[in-house]
Amino acid sequence: MEPVIVTRGLTREYEGGVRALRGVDVSVDEGEFVAVTGPSGCGKSTLLNLLGGLDRPTSGEVEIGGRRVEALSEARWAHVRRDEIGFVFQFFNLIGNLSVADNVELPGLLAGLSPREVRARRAELLESLGIGEFADQSPTRLSGGQQQRVAIARALINRPRVLLADEPTGALDSASAREVMALLREAHDERGQTIVLVTHDARVAARADRVLAMRDGAVASETRLERGDKTAVARLMQLEV
Amino acid sequence: MRFPLLALLAEGPAHGYELKQAIEQRFGSVLPPLNTGQIYTTLSRLERDGLVDDDAVAQNGRPNKRVYRLTDAGRMELRGWVADATPAARMKDDFFMKLVLARAAGIADPLELIDRQRAAYLQALRELDDVTVADEVSALLVEGAALHLEADLKWLDLCEQRMGS
Ligand SMILES: Nc1ncnc2c1ncn2[C@@H]1O[C@H](COP(=O)(O)OP(=O)(O)OP(=O)(O)O)[C@@H](O)[C@H]1O
Ligand SMILES: [Mg+2]
Repeated sequence: MEPVIVTRGLTREYEGGVRALRGVDVSVDEGEFVAVTGPSGCGKSTLLNLLGGLDRPTSGEVEIGGRRVEALSEARWAHVRRDEIGFVFQFFNLIGNLSVADNVELPGLLAGLSPREVRARRAELLESLGIGEFADQSPTRLSGGQQQRVAIARALINRPRVLLADEPTGALDSASAREVMALLREAHDERGQTIVLVTHDARVAARADRVLAMRDGAVASETRLERGDKTAVARLMQLEV
Repeated sequence: MRFPLLALLAEGPAHGYELKQAIEQRFGSVLPPLNTGQIYTTLSRLERDGLVDDDAVAQNGRPNKRVYRLTDAGRMELRGWVADATPAARMKDDFFMKLVLARAAGIADPLELIDRQRAAYLQALRELDDVTVADEVSALLVEGAALHLEADLKWLDLCEQRMGS
C-alpha cells in the first residue's frame, strides 16, 4: 500500500523555546483511517497543521503523495492544500452570509472545476451527508452537527487525497458526535477516504484503523485496532447469571 | 444464577429447560452459552433452601418432568434482591495493582504499562462498537459496557498524569 503522508524527524519549536514536536515519524497509507490522541498540549494540532501545510516544521520532512512539501513556498503549498487536503476543525468556520451550497462549492470553484461539476459533486455530498434539504439556507441556522456536516462536505468537494480533522466532534453533543463519526467512517469504508483525525474522545479514536498516542511532542505508542466479531460481546461483557 | 432463576419463576412455574430458554431469549446475544447442568444444580440448591418446590409431571415413556415453582420463602428472598440497591461497580482493578507494585519494585516502566493497557481498552471498545445487537436489552448492556470502558480510559489518562514518571 502506498503511503499518502510520510513524515521523518519532524520537529517544531515555537518562539520562546516550546518544543511542540520532538521528532515525529509517521506514515499513513492510502485509504487508512488514523486517529491521533494524547493529553492537551502534547502536539496533536501542531502535527496536523504541519501535515496540512498550515504551519512549517523547524526541521524534518513531510511527503504528500510521494512529493516533498515541507520547503514549498506558500503559493505552492496553497495549491497542494487546495487539491490534496481537506480540513475539518472543531469549529466549523462556515461563511454565514453564503448558503450551505455555496459554502461547499466555493473550494471547488477556486480549484478550477467547472461549475456544473462542482454543483453535481455538492448535490451528491449534501445528499450522502443527509443535509440536502438545507442547500439553500444559511449555515447559521443549522445545528452544530449539521454545520459540521456542511464543513465535511466542503472538505471533500475537491476529493482530497487526505482528510485532516482536528477534534471534529469536540464541539458537539454526544448524539451529533456519533452521527458525524458515522459519516466519517462511511467516507472511509465506502469511498476509501484517507483520514487523519485528532481527538480526545476514546469512542471516536476506537473507530480508527490505527491509533497514535502522543506524549510530549512525540508518538509514544501505536495501536492497530482489529474489527470485533460475534464472540466479542459475550467475552467483553463478562456477564454472569 | 440464583436470583435470575427466582425472578423467572415469579412469572410462573417452569421446568429447567424452559428457564434456560427464557434466559437465552432475553440475554442471548450478550451472554456466553449457558450450561444446562449449572441451571439444574442451582435449582436443586434453591429447592434444598426451601426457595423453590417442584411437582413431578408424568410423561409418556420418559422420566417425570420436574416443574419448578416459587415458594413463599422464595418470593420473599426475591423481593429482597429486587428492593436492594446494587453496590457500585468494583474498584478491584488488577491493572492498578500491577501499576503501583511494578513501579515500586522498579520492574516495569509505568508509561509502558499504561500504553499497553490503553491499547487493550481501545481494542475492547472497538469490538463493542462493531457489535450489532438486534434487541434493545442487549444494546443497552453493550452501551453500558462501552461507557465503563470510556471511564477506564479516562482513568488511565489520570494515572499517566499523576504517576507516569
Ligand atoms: N503558536 C504557538 N506559539 C507558541 N506555542 C505554541 C503555539 N501553538 C502551540 N504551542 C504550544 O505547543 C504545544 C503543543 O500544542 P498543540 O496545540 O499542538 O497541542 P494539542 O495536543 O493540540 O493540545 P490540545 O489537545 O489542547 O488541543 C503546547 O505546549 C502549546 O502551548
Ligand atoms: Mg489541539
